[in-house]
Amino acid sequence: MKAFVRHQGLVAPLDRANVDTDQIIPKQFLKSIQRTGFGPNLFDEWRYLDVGEPGRDNSKRPLNPDFVLNQARYQGASVLLARENFGCGSSREHAPWALEEYGFRVLIAPSYADIFYNNCFKNGLLPIVLSDGEVDELFRQAAASEGYRLTVDLAGQTVVRPDGGVYRFEVDAFRKHCLLEGLDEIGLTLAHGDQIRAFEARHRAAHPWLFGAGGSVTDERGMA
Amino acid sequence: MAGKTLYDKLWESHLVRQNDDGSALLYIDRHLLHEVTSPQAFEGLRLAGREPWRIDANLATPDHNVPTTSVERRGGIAAIADEVSRIQVQTLDDNCARYGILQFGMHDARQGIVHVIGPEQGATLPGMTVVCGDSHTSTHGAFGALAHGIGTSEVEHVLATQCLIAQKMKNLQVRVEGELAPGVTAKDIALAVIGTIGTAGGTGYALEFAGSAIRALSMEGRMTLCNMAIEAGARVGLIAVDTKTIEYVKGRLFAPRGAQWELAVANWRQLHSDPDAVFDKVVELRAGDIKPQVSWGTSPEMVVAVDARVPDPAVESDPTKRDSIERALKYMGLAANQAITDIRLDRIFIGSCTNSRIEDLRAAAAVAKGRKVAASVKQALVVPGSGPVKAQAEQEGLDKIFIEAGFEWREPGCSMCLAMNADRLEAGEHCASTSNRNFEGRQGAGGRTHLVSPAMAAAAAVCGHFVDVRELLGREEVA
Ligand code: SF4
Repeated sequence: MKAFVRHQGLVAPLDRANVDTDQIIPKQFLKSIQRTGFGPNLFDEWRYLDVGEPGRDNSKRPLNPDFVLNQARYQGASVLLARENFGCGSSREHAPWALEEYGFRVLIAPSYADIFYNNCFKNGLLPIVLSDGEVDELFRQAAASEGYRLTVDLAGQTVVRPDGGVYRFEVDAFRKHCLLEGLDEIGLTLAHGDQIRAFEARHRAAHPWLFGAGGSVTDERGMA
Repeated sequence: MAGKTLYDKLWESHLVRQNDDGSALLYIDRHLLHEVTSPQAFEGLRLAGREPWRIDANLATPDHNVPTTSVERRGGIAAIADEVSRIQVQTLDDNCARYGILQFGMHDARQGIVHVIGPEQGATLPGMTVVCGDSHTSTHGAFGALAHGIGTSEVEHVLATQCLIAQKMKNLQVRVEGELAPGVTAKDIALAVIGTIGTAGGTGYALEFAGSAIRALSMEGRMTLCNMAIEAGARVGLIAVDTKTIEYVKGRLFAPRGAQWELAVANWRQLHSDPDAVFDKVVELRAGDIKPQVSWGTSPEMVVAVDARVPDPAVESDPTKRDSIERALKYMGLAANQAITDIRLDRIFIGSCTNSRIEDLRAAAAVAKGRKVAASVKQALVVPGSGPVKAQAEQEGLDKIFIEAGFEWREPGCSMCLAMNADRLEAGEHCASTSNRNFEGRQGAGGRTHLVSPAMAAAAAVCGHFVDVRELLGREEVA
């Protein structure tokens, strides 16, 4: 996993509530079997005036001039400001992949859907929760001044505004640790392999039907 | 000390390790896989030189992109017209073959939507932890299983370690007491709950449905309800195990047998929240108040009863909400205060992991029987959730009822629920759909989805516009 320590970047305000993962990356792009290539189709239906299909040259498609990310002042943005329940809907990890590949490193919103929130951390993307009032203030400031940038420090858990105002945010210790160090979670878990095996043995003794001839799904049994 | 909730019990019985920082390692009993969210996980595993921890905990099936016409289906994977769909289905096939994971492939009689096949074959059992790279994994909670959707990195994590790094959620109980009126279904409860608590109302919670109206539901109805817990923001939906659960599981392909069955049942009988368990939040609805529901907007919380009107943004005081309503009305091509029954439909979709089980098809067929799909409706699809559901429906003659009425009878898959295959809406078209999401573009770019129950979808099909299904059916028919 990519590490995240500190980031300063241009803010793009996406003033909508309940932005779902179908919106972040429409389903026709999920057919790829790769982890990359989703950035150009981030927010595809809002970003372009025509209907996107996988494999098309996105640079030739007509842009929707009204969409915030297409406006000149937000080019190069790496901090996305959003409203409540961002990332709801489908569990597709393609959504954080698309956001990350587009260039976002930080999201700021009053709330996120659980699965999406979790998926962000696996991809070096930091989803920050601030209060409604704080998010409102950032929307106001970002609209008022062109080139509005925020500085985010994960270790100190702060968002620093250009005027020096500081917001603190919460993040749970394990996710913070993994993100700061860019740790491989699977490797971390496998380090507890003995404990997993010990649990498995106890679990099997208490619930034998979940193993062996019971809850194991195999071809022989499936064909019985 | 207060008693435990069902969620607490399931959490504790799968806890491998609790870390000081609040994170935990949870053991996973069943991992379901499909073609869309697994390829990158298998690739990650390969790149890291890792092997799956426990092959026989995994079960796979292709569902999202499989064609649903029998002509295209007959030719096998090689005949899938859409190249990218074909690659994805082929990749799942290759990965399952390489690792020896059991797959109900496209031609297996047991193939179907992943959330339909798990319970159907007894691969989902009470008391299990069940995960899948799909948010509607909450469906399996209907069996008193701790089940939720995960992302692709977590799919890889579960493959490699049989565990998930998890944080304990809070407990939410939604109680629905009393009796549903005839013609009102589990789908209507689900939509009414989401309309009440909102699409983020369950965020951070495991949502247990309880109360006499829930106990009265069939297992199919309970699956419909838990399926939509995620639309209320809750990753986990749960319902206590009772005799109905146990009867449903009995005799299924992967269900335990003999002495193990007896042992399992004794264990499953404990799978309910203790009477003195404390929930962090409780919401109560009266079943008798719930009418057939129709979603009018672009989020499942934008829902009203069929006899109501589309809301008026002018009377909404919260600016973010007002903005959302305006945006939704514009996208949906609806006017404020328009009667729901005035909405005309272009297409009808009966299917998806929410409502494609035998009971759903029976309910829709009861309405379609002896009637015709309205001439103004361009297409009405019925897509069974699995091979066995299709076979059962054909045995009961439901396919003939649908075909005579002018519906198309298809092969199992996700189909028009998310339009990853050829089944989709054209821009501007209105669809009465039994699926679970009405997001912008979900069923095709520019498509307009209205979420309803199977009976309501069939009623809309024959009338060409929404109608209270109870007006179509005689009292004895709706009972
Ligand atoms: S039927 Fe729809 S919601 Fe269910 S798994 Fe398939 S695409 Fe997802």
